[in-house]
Amino acid sequence: MRASLLRSPSPLPGFGLSFGIMMAILSIVVLLPLSALLGRGLMIGPADLWDMVNSRRIWSALELSFRAALIASVFNLVFGIVLAWVLVRYRFWGRKLVDAAVDLPFALPTAVAGISLTALYAPNGVFGQALAPLGIKVAYTELGIWMALIFIGLPFVVRTVQPVIEELDREVEEVSATLGARRTYTLRRVVLPTLAPAALTGFALALARSVGEYGSVIFIAGNIPNLTEIAPLLIVIRLEEYNYDAAAAIGIAMLLISFAMLLAINLIQIWSRRRIGLV
Amino acid sequence: MYRTIQLGAHAQAQGKFIRSLADGRIEIEAGTTRLVGRAVEKTRVVAQIGTRLLANRKLHGGLVATVAALGLMLSPVGTVTASAQDSVEILNVSYDPTREFYREYNELFNEWWTAQGNAPVTIQQSHGGSGSQARAVIDGLEATVVTLALAADINAVASRSDKVPEDWQSRLPHNSSPYTSTIVFLVREGNPKGLKDWGDLAKDGVQVITPNPKTSGGARWNYLAAWAWAENEFGGDEEKIRDFVGQIYKNVPVLDTAARGSTTTFSQRGIGDVLLAWENEAYLSLKELGEDKFDIVVPSVSVLAEPPVALVEGNIKSDAQRKAAEAYLNHLYSPEAQAIALKHFYRAWDVSAAAQEDIERFPEVKRLGIDHFGGWAKVQPHHFGDGGVFDQIYSE
Repeated sequence: MRASLLRSPSPLPGFGLSFGIMMAILSIVVLLPLSALLGRGLMIGPADLWDMVNSRRIWSALELSFRAALIASVFNLVFGIVLAWVLVRYRFWGRKLVDAAVDLPFALPTAVAGISLTALYAPNGVFGQALAPLGIKVAYTELGIWMALIFIGLPFVVRTVQPVIEELDREVEEVSATLGARRTYTLRRVVLPTLAPAALTGFALALARSVGEYGSVIFIAGNIPNLTEIAPLLIVIRLEEYNYDAAAAIGIAMLLISFAMLLAINLIQIWSRRRIGLV
Repeated sequence: MYRTIQLGAHAQAQGKFIRSLADGRIEIEAGTTRLVGRAVEKTRVVAQIGTRLLANRKLHGGLVATVAALGLMLSPVGTVTASAQDSVEILNVSYDPTREFYREYNELFNEWWTAQGNAPVTIQQSHGGSGSQARAVIDGLEATVVTLALAADINAVASRSDKVPEDWQSRLPHNSSPYTSTIVFLVREGNPKGLKDWGDLAKDGVQVITPNPKTSGGARWNYLAAWAWAENEFGGDEEKIRDFVGQIYKNVPVLDTAARGSTTTFSQRGIGDVLLAWENEAYLSLKELGEDKFDIVVPSVSVLAEPPVALVEGNIKSDAQRKAAEAYLNHLYSPEAQAIALKHFYRAWDVSAAAQEDIERFPEVKRLGIDHFGGWAKVQPHHFGDGGVFDQIYSE
C-alpha cells in the first residue's frame, strides 16, 4: 500500500525517475548548504546563538536590511505592474528595446550596478548635483540602499506579472464595462485580483533577493555601523574576524526572518487565489 | 645606504652598507649581525639579450650554433635544461594597492629568471582586501606566495592553516618586508580646512574618509597612527585616547570595506575633507588624478607599515615551483625590484638602482612600528577583535 502511495500519484509515467533527479539536485544545490548552516547553528546551541545576535548593532543591521528590502519591493510591486501593463497593452516605438532592458539588472554584475548608481547619486554626480540644492542626499544614506535594491529587484515583478496580463481576456473587461462598471472599478475588482497571485510571487522573489543583496549595496551605502550597515556586510565583517560562529548566527537569523516573511506571503497568495477561484 | 648581497645560491641579505673589501665583496650590517658577500648589482643587459635569443632558438634553427655559443659565453649558467622543464606557475595573493607594482615586478622577475637559465614562470595575481585574501588562502585558495598588508594577516594563515610556518617572518630580510610604507593625509587642493595633524581630524565639521579596520589592513594602520598621536598628546590616558579616536570615527561619513574603495569615495565621488591613505595610494592618486586636485599632508607622527611577504609552504607542489617561488620573493630585494617599488611610491630599502626623483620624494616622518603597540598578537584582539576597542567606539 505504501509503495503504491509513493509510486502513482499521477497516471503519467516516469514519476520515480524524475522525482529522484529532482530531489538529488535540490539536495545538492539548496538543501545541503542550508543544512550546513543550520547544522553549525545546532552545534553552537540556541542560547549562544541568541547571545551572538542580540546586540544593538546587529539588530539595527537586520532591521535596516529588511526595512530597505520591504520598501524597495513594495515600490517594485507597484512600478513593476505598471511597467508590465504598458509593455503588454500598448504598442509604441522602442517597446521591444524597453522589454529587453528590463532584464539588464539580472545580467549586470551587482558591483557594476552599485558603482554606477553611486557615481550618479554622489554629491558630485549628475543626479546628486541636481538633488543637493533640495537637501536630498541619496548616496551614502538609506535612500541609496533603496535605490540599489529597487534596481536589482525590478525584473522579478515585471517578469512574473507580464505573462498573466498577456493571458488576461479583454472580453472580461468589456463585459464589466457593458454591465456599467467604471474603468477604475473594473481595474480594482476585475484586473488586479487576477494579477494578485503573480504579483505577489514577484514581490516575494524581489524581497528575498533584496534582503541578501551585498554586491551593489556596499558601494552606495555609507556602511556606518548602526546607520547604514546592512546585515550581509556584518556577516562579512564577522568572517574577517575568523568568527565563523557569529557569522553563522547572523546568517541563521536572516534565514529565519526571511522564511517567516515568505511563508506569510505564500499564505496571502493562497487566500487571493481562492478569492478568484484559482485553487 | 642599503645594499643587497648574495649569500649562497638563492639566499640574499640586505642591510646598511659598511665597507667594500679588496676582493670586490662588500660588508653590510643586517640587524645585529654583519655579513659579507658579493653585492647584487643591476643585472647585466647583455646577458639578458643573449639568453632571450637563446630561448628562441627553436624558431631560429639556422642560428642555433652561433647564438647558443654567444649565449653560453655571456651567461655561464646552464640554459640547456630550461626548455625541458615543465612550466611553473606562481599565484601571488596580494592586497589592494599593489596591483601596479606587481604587474611591473612580474615582468622584471621573469626577465631575470629566464636570464638565469630557467623556463619562464606563469605568474598570476589576486588582489583584494588584505584580510579577505588571508581568509581565502586559509579556506583553500592555492596561493604560492602571499604578499599582504599586515603581518597579522599572514600570522592568521600560519596559525589557522599550517600552510605557512610559524617563524615565517624571520625567513627574509627586514621582517620579510621588502618595502614599507606609512600613512599620510590626502587633502583637497590648498588644504581648505587647514588640516595639519591628527588633532585636526577630530574637530567638528571635518569629514574623514577611511576604510573599515575590520575589513581593511591599511585602515588598521590609520587607526593605530591616530592612536599613537593621541597617546603622546594625552600622556597615555587610555580613556582620553579612546574618546579622541572615537571622535575621528564620528567624523567618518562613509566606511568603505577596502583601501581602494575609500580612495574612490574621496577622489571620484568628492566626499570628505581628508583621506587617510597609504602613502603609495596617496601618491598614486596625485599621479592618476592630477597634482592640482589634491595635496599630501604628512602628520607629525605616523606608522612604519611593513607589508610582508611569505612562501605558502603548504601549497607548494614541486621542487621547481619552490625554487621559482623562493626566487620570486628573494628577488623583491634586488636593486632593480627595489627601484620598481620606489617608483610605485613604496619606501624600499636599497636605492642603488632607483631614479633620483623616486628616492627624494619621501618626506621625513617619525614612524612607529607595530612593536610600539605591543605586536599584532596583542593589537589584533585588543583593538580589532569582536567587542574590541573599535567595536566599543560604535556601540556607545
